Amino acid sequence: MKPRHKRMLWIIAGLGALAIAATLVLNAFRSNLVFFYTPTQIADGEAPKGKPFRIGGLVVPESVARVGDGTTVTFGVTDNAKTIQVAYTGILPDLFREGRGVVAQGTLEHDGTFKAREVLAKHDENYMPPEAAEALKRAGHPVGAPAQFQEAPKQ
Amino acid sequence: MIAELGQFALALALAVSLALGILPMTGAAMGGATGARLMAVARPAAMTLAALAILAFGLLTALFVGNDFSVGLVASHSNLSLPLHYRIAATWGSHEGSMLLWVLILSCWTGAVAVFSTSLPLVLRARILSTMGLVAAGFLMFLLFTSNPFDRLVPPPSDGRDLNPLLQDAGMVFHPPLLYMGYVGLSVAFAFSVAGLIGGRFDAAWARWARPWTTVAWCFLTLGIALGSFWAYYELGWGGWWFWDPVENASFMPWLIATALVHSLSVTEKRGTFRSWTVLLAIIGFSLSLLGTFLVRSGVLTSVHAFATDPARGVFILAFLAFVVGGSLLLFAWRAPAIGNGPGFAAVSRESLLLANNVLLSVAMAAVLLGTLYPLVLDTLGLGKISVGPPYFDAVFYPLMAPALFLMGIGPLARWKKAELPELVARLRWAFAVSVIAALLLPLATDGFRPMTSLGLMFALWIAACVVVAVRDMLRGADGRLSLRRIGVHPASAWGMHFAHLGVAVFVAGVTLVTSYESGRELRMEVGQRIEIGGYDIRFVGLAPITGPNYDGTRGVFEIRRAGAGDAAPIAMLSPEKRVYRASGMPMTEAAIDRSLLRDVYLSMGEPIGERAWVVRAHVKPFVNWIWLGCVLMAIGGFVAAADRRYRRRALERAARALPGGQPA
Repeated sequence: MKPRHKRMLWIIAGLGALAIAATLVLNAFRSNLVFFYTPTQIADGEAPKGKPFRIGGLVVPESVARVGDGTTVTFGVTDNAKTIQVAYTGILPDLFREGRGVVAQGTLEHDGTFKAREVLAKHDENYMPPEAAEALKRAGHPVGAPAQFQEAPKQ
Repeated sequence: MIAELGQFALALALAVSLALGILPMTGAAMGGATGARLMAVARPAAMTLAALAILAFGLLTALFVGNDFSVGLVASHSNLSLPLHYRIAATWGSHEGSMLLWVLILSCWTGAVAVFSTSLPLVLRARILSTMGLVAAGFLMFLLFTSNPFDRLVPPPSDGRDLNPLLQDAGMVFHPPLLYMGYVGLSVAFAFSVAGLIGGRFDAAWARWARPWTTVAWCFLTLGIALGSFWAYYELGWGGWWFWDPVENASFMPWLIATALVHSLSVTEKRGTFRSWTVLLAIIGFSLSLLGTFLVRSGVLTSVHAFATDPARGVFILAFLAFVVGGSLLLFAWRAPAIGNGPGFAAVSRESLLLANNVLLSVAMAAVLLGTLYPLVLDTLGLGKISVGPPYFDAVFYPLMAPALFLMGIGPLARWKKAELPELVARLRWAFAVSVIAALLLPLATDGFRPMTSLGLMFALWIAACVVVAVRDMLRGADGRLSLRRIGVHPASAWGMHFAHLGVAVFVAGVTLVTSYESGRELRMEVGQRIEIGGYDIRFVGLAPITGPNYDGTRGVFEIRRAGAGDAAPIAMLSPEKRVYRASGMPMTEAAIDRSLLRDVYLSMGEPIGERAWVVRAHVKPFVNWIWLGCVLMAIGGFVAAADRRYRRRALERAARALPGGQPA
């Protein structure tokens, strides 16, 4: 029965193409997943060396310093339990501020500092990226209620 | 008073939308005289809904314009020193306000369908409007119960918190309305599909009525996404135009499906096949719109789009999403046998090419969906926080789009039902040769062989060349001569199609060229210093403090010359700024761009180093404006196609009188 055989061939070819596509997609997927680690986890050695990952926490106040010709900036990221030094070459995003939440993506160097390739500026209205809030929560120092707008003076 | 009136208008709109959702649908099921009376409710109810939504939105705008800080929303998003046009834009610059914009646009589309569908059979029209009414009811409930824009704030503050500085910009003013026009417009196709499923009729006429609505929605979605990308490029200060950010993906996935839907509808209209595809694509497209709303509104995402987390909102939208998607898919499963199959087609035919198009776009959407949702699902289940970056999306998207781009050239030239491969080869061999050779030569002529550049250019040139071949054949008269008078011989939908495909070619060329040839540096520059980048000489000549209506900052002045021009007059002066908005204390980078069709010179200020030096970001981006130009061309093509005479009422009525009736299901 030729038409039935032809249809079976089409279906098998289609499934084959789908399988190939799925393999390629899942392969690309797995090799491009970026995991997130808190400063405590990194200090305890849980984070991989040499493979990119993300770190989140608060920028340690008074820790931002420019080195070299000024295009590289170093700062500390903490979850109020442990602190990791981060070095980043480039322009910091506008929402970056000492004492505020930050997320950085990069690799861990052998001397324990974190070399960031990207510093992320995606915050919600309350200026605390969820990953940073998560790190703080896990370390046992949850973030308090966000500041509200200025109120009318008490009469 | 105004706020309470606005809230009352919304409550009334909810009641009207529920009536619209229930009564005509019941009437369509009942039939008879009572049924007809119930169905007749649809049109006035839809128009009342639109009027009430316009009223509520107008009242909220009035509250913003008047800076009424006793309303919580105004206090959070406006400020005494916010200029008037941004106070108006602040109406939709918040979660609640933008949801009200959603409801406004949905109600207006519903009203438009009510007005322009008098040539539809009453039963179909009643079901379509009822479906849209139910969707509107869902959103109105969401507004009233979890996101009331008219909530009062007691005691009222003396000044507001100011609109997010990132939103104080012309691009951001128009981006949400355009995007929502697209998102919401997909609900029309959805309603057509649901109504068709209930009624069990999917003839060519059904597709013909659905087409212009879907095409117009697609055009708006294209423009909305393009504007978002254009805005990100100049506002975020990094010179990037697409980041595969979950929020960008949330708008891109419906676009991919809407593109497939627009093409699938053409097959259903012309040949009566692909009915299941069309119905499913319409359901999935609108579901993705709702999913996009959920992703952006529920707080699971970190982004400038994400608003303060509130679990109640997330739960509501998720439930709504489950109801709409689950319900419509169940309906599809139940009524699938009634859809039927249409006539067959050969292995090489326009239908098979469009089928490949459907499949490729759907798979691309699924791949993007995986990368977007996987981190969110893992996070929600508490299995850790991961992120999926651009490399994944690039790795899956381009290989899937490549064959689609190739087929885009052939498709418009292939015959319906059975296309002769030798004929296609004969017509297109020169186009193929020209595009391959030019694509190989162009990079070689500049700075050497680049395989990826050539590949991208080849697709762009191939599509353009095929369009040229098609247009030439369309303009060729019986005497073999080209004549512009033959433009009128062909329907607007054909011209629109070619124009839109040309837009895709321009887009692909822009992306390829800018990705291959852009140059950029972030470096420390002192006043008086000059650098050379991308063939341009950039001189930092001055630094000055500035004051705006609601911000203070520093402005850098730069002179741009062609490299090697010495001290000739500069071809442009660029003044990027670094601002700090007073009310929020939030810093903002304002990039300065010298734009032209062939390249952008892009400068932005980073941070100060001492008194006289700044970290500066300088880019030269060749052909970057072709990206958005291509999108605009696509949208123009779509509007031209939707304006085709065949879709307009009088022409339809003439045809309806002539035909015995639609094709049997």
